[in-house]
Amino acid sequence: MLESRRFVIIGFFALVGVIYLLRLFYLQVLDESYSIESSSNSIKRVTEIPFRGQIYDRYGKLIVYNTPVYDLLVTPNRVKMDDTLRFCQVLGIERHDFDSLMAAARAYSPVKPSLFLRQLSKEDFASIQDIMVDYSGFEFAKSSLRTYTAPTLANTLGYVSEITKGQLEKQEEPYYRQGDYIGQSGVERIYENELRGKRGTKFVMQNVAGVYKGPWKNGELDTMAVAGENLYTGLDLEVQQYADSLMVNKVGSVVAIEPKTGQIISMVSAPTYDPNILASRYFSKNFAALARNPYKPLFNRPVMASYRPGSTFKLIQALIGLQEGVITPSSGFTHANCPVGCHNHPATSTVALGVTHSCNPYFYNVFRRLIYKNNIKNTFKASAVGLDAWHDDIAKFGIGQRLGIDLPSEYKGNLPNKKYYDRFYGEYRWKFSNIYSLSIGEGELLITPLKMANVAAIIANRGYFYTPHVIHGIGDKKTVKPEFLERHETGVDAHNFEPVIEGMIGAVEAGTARRSRVEGITIAGKTGTSQNKRGDDHSIFIAFAPVEDPKIAIAVFVENAGAGGSAAAPIANLIIEKYLSRKVTNKALEERMMKLDLMSKVVLPTTKKPDDTETKKKTEEVKKPTGDPNDPANRLPGAPHPANPAAMRGPITLPKQNQQKRL
Amino acid sequence: MAESKPITKNVDWMVVLIYIACLMIGWLNIYAAVYNPEAHTNMFDLSNNAGKQLMWIGTAALLIICILVIDYKFYETFSFVIYAVVIFLLVVVLFAGSNINGSRSWIKLGSFSLQPAEFSKLAVSLAISKYLSDPAISLNRKLKDYYPIMGIIALPAFLILLSNETGSMLVFASFAIVLYREGMPGFIPAIGMIGAALLIITLLFVKWYIAGAIIVIAGLVIWLMPVMTRRRGGLWATIIVAFVMIGIVFGVDFFMNNVLQKHQRGRIMVLLDPDSDPRGIGWNVIQSKIAIGSGGLWGKGFLQGTQTKFDFVPEQSTDFIFCTVGEEHGFLGTTIVVFLFVALISRLVVLAERQRSRFARVYGYCVAGIIFFHFLVNVGMTIGLMPVIGIPLPFFSYGGSSLWSFSVLLFIFLKIDAQRPFTLSRG
Repeated sequence: MLESRRFVIIGFFALVGVIYLLRLFYLQVLDESYSIESSSNSIKRVTEIPFRGQIYDRYGKLIVYNTPVYDLLVTPNRVKMDDTLRFCQVLGIERHDFDSLMAAARAYSPVKPSLFLRQLSKEDFASIQDIMVDYSGFEFAKSSLRTYTAPTLANTLGYVSEITKGQLEKQEEPYYRQGDYIGQSGVERIYENELRGKRGTKFVMQNVAGVYKGPWKNGELDTMAVAGENLYTGLDLEVQQYADSLMVNKVGSVVAIEPKTGQIISMVSAPTYDPNILASRYFSKNFAALARNPYKPLFNRPVMASYRPGSTFKLIQALIGLQEGVITPSSGFTHANCPVGCHNHPATSTVALGVTHSCNPYFYNVFRRLIYKNNIKNTFKASAVGLDAWHDDIAKFGIGQRLGIDLPSEYKGNLPNKKYYDRFYGEYRWKFSNIYSLSIGEGELLITPLKMANVAAIIANRGYFYTPHVIHGIGDKKTVKPEFLERHETGVDAHNFEPVIEGMIGAVEAGTARRSRVEGITIAGKTGTSQNKRGDDHSIFIAFAPVEDPKIAIAVFVENAGAGGSAAAPIANLIIEKYLSRKVTNKALEERMMKLDLMSKVVLPTTKKPDDTETKKKTEEVKKPTGDPNDPANRLPGAPHPANPAAMRGPITLPKQNQQKRL
Repeated sequence: MAESKPITKNVDWMVVLIYIACLMIGWLNIYAAVYNPEAHTNMFDLSNNAGKQLMWIGTAALLIICILVIDYKFYETFSFVIYAVVIFLLVVVLFAGSNINGSRSWIKLGSFSLQPAEFSKLAVSLAISKYLSDPAISLNRKLKDYYPIMGIIALPAFLILLSNETGSMLVFASFAIVLYREGMPGFIPAIGMIGAALLIITLLFVKWYIAGAIIVIAGLVIWLMPVMTRRRGGLWATIIVAFVMIGIVFGVDFFMNNVLQKHQRGRIMVLLDPDSDPRGIGWNVIQSKIAIGSGGLWGKGFLQGTQTKFDFVPEQSTDFIFCTVGEEHGFLGTTIVVFLFVALISRLVVLAERQRSRFARVYGYCVAGIIFFHFLVNVGMTIGLMPVIGIPLPFFSYGGSSLWSFSVLLFIFLKIDAQRPFTLSRG
């Protein structure tokens, strides 16, 4: 009986087969809508790359925009060339360039279009477009170049370049393809998803000869490209360029923050370079030159370089001391019984005077009291407990923490705690006398210029800060990321800031930074002299102004410039004046700072001179053509020479021939 | 090698020929799917799917020789051992598997990956056959005889579900065919089909209309029912069935929104209306239909497909291989493939029926059912009659695990079948 069920089962199989055949017959034979009009037409997918978002400064001035350029592609097998010489003349290339470019393209693929000349400007395109009709096998593809209104902010903005092989493989969702551009550093990298927009896809029909035959299916499957979102920064382009000019021929950083919002007003990483050189068709050559430069212009110092804070750290010590109650505003200390040295200065009978004169013994004593604040008798154990309590207080200022700025590779810095010293000495094998150099910002402390600018902002705000950020508005709605609207408290009461600020005013009026004070603006500042193993001390200055209603907080770091008052303080105060009153009164100081050349004092990390043969080998490696027609290194001869370090001081510009023609 | 002569003589050559035809057509289409006119893809190059598939075919041939050499009693004797090994592998893959396309179900061996879920079909088939080979077990009388079967299926199904391979799990539904043949009352698959039909109808029409229609039909049934049946409980049975159906109709909403995951829900909605999401999930279905539809009666010719060259159809050489057949060989090609499959599974049913042992018969039905289910779902999804479920087309789709598992599945049956003259009937 059950055997007969096999007929039901086979019948069911057959039924499905028949239904599927009927469906297939309908799809393939009856329904014409799926068949393409003519079998000789083929469909081509064309990807439309949208413009990247533009970047504006705080007053709406354009910083980064796009210039349309044209890539010239060649399909070697389709090339018919009667007059090669004229062709070369039109394009402005030599005959042997033409031959090598063709050979490279042919090696890549004889039937596929490959890049012949990259990024021709609109003018070039206009002048040769008509003539190109005579030469078959060549076609133009529209693309765009990042263009910068001013040769500044290279590291903050970052650069855009072709996606690397590693990035292609690592991407989580398959969005990018070979040859696509992607933000590689700075804002371009962090805001890649906002800036890149949405790619469009068009399906077009072509006949066998590749001639356009109209959109496929009337374009109903096409998607429009959507331009990337514009970004609005808090940067002040004018102040930025002024700060750049002050930092010429120096190694260091300037970070200026608007304390009330955390927006970055200016960010200098010196030495810098013209961002336009990495947005040209000579990217590879220029990038290689920058990477080889011993002063590391690609290193974004404000967020990546580590220094000891020096005396600027005394401000935080004073604040914590007041908050913890180990000192009062009128506490005084003398130089007696103190292992740290000091210079000659009037008696420091108050906190304010201690700050003004940057008295080392004063802060040695403050730190000592902080560490031994607890009631533990054993000095080893007391130091351990005291240090961790101190660590937690300091950490609230962002020291030893990532602040979370919207730039890549932010350096965390170092703020030692008990665990840190236990690793060196062993548990309860160290005490205050081993770590007292922390009291004056030396020792194992490491900070970045950004962190110290943030400390200035905290003091300006009397106790809180907003995460410093470059982008203060995304898209037309100028949306601010929520994390940048969150107020961070330091746990120090507002009234405890007043004696410290009084001391900072004193430092600028009559103390360590008196030579650079600005008429008419009350600046509160603190110099710092950061010791380092290589060469002269680094000059540091942090400040904010005006004291009554702070609009700018700033940190200036100048490497190997000596004391804080010598270079950092004048530069900071000039920038403050420029930002607040849009003009500078002390022209003599301005000129002196602009002319100050410290490059000879800077000790490069490689103490050993690289021997000549090695350098030569490297140069050859770079010059060796890779055979890849997409590599701009193979495009044109005469790209810049690896610039010699001396010529690279200050903003690095290129020989004229390599500068991109601009509209 | 005393047995090799009867093997070649007794093996069912019709199935073997269909198998070889499927492999060859499949391989040529995989080559067409990966073929790039500008790069001159070589069909023997191990770096593309066509070259790799050829290697898989070669290794499958070795496997088949092994299967034919091993004593046929091995499979029956060790069926539960094989089942245990596969369950073990399924557990291992949960912890040590590599993640490919979002499902943690692959064991990496050098540059190739194996998917234990593919072999669970074989293990479950053997275990069910072994269990049903006991003549005391009756599926049409005793409910408790179903429990072990449910257990045999549920354990690997649960493990496969954990590794996120819903497609492979659904294949277990194919065992309904075996159970039906072995005595499961016919109303059970009927209920399943009515349930599925209700699900789809519910998504297409307003729920109240369907509920009304069910009540009307129930009224008609009661009215037309012989008086005796009505008195014996037919009245209440009909009313209960009608209410259950209405319950299903209203339960579908809950099922769709709360039980199914978002992408599964999307796939069912797209089946009903491909244009509801033409850029997202609907894309696969639309593109696949366009590719097949553009083939016309005769197709565009080998390697001439244009839809496939621009990657319109995703998963071209694996789950959507049928598109390439449709585009390049037209209705003629698709008809041949459909015929090959219907002929293969029908032939398997015929072979199963002539077995003397119940083990062999049940196993034969398992093989036929599994191949049928893959055919039903895979071809169905490419022509828009089934939701998009990622399961391969047997012998056609690229993939070593699926090719191996189907070859092993099929040739174990052919081996048992070839030994039929020596098998004693056990009922």
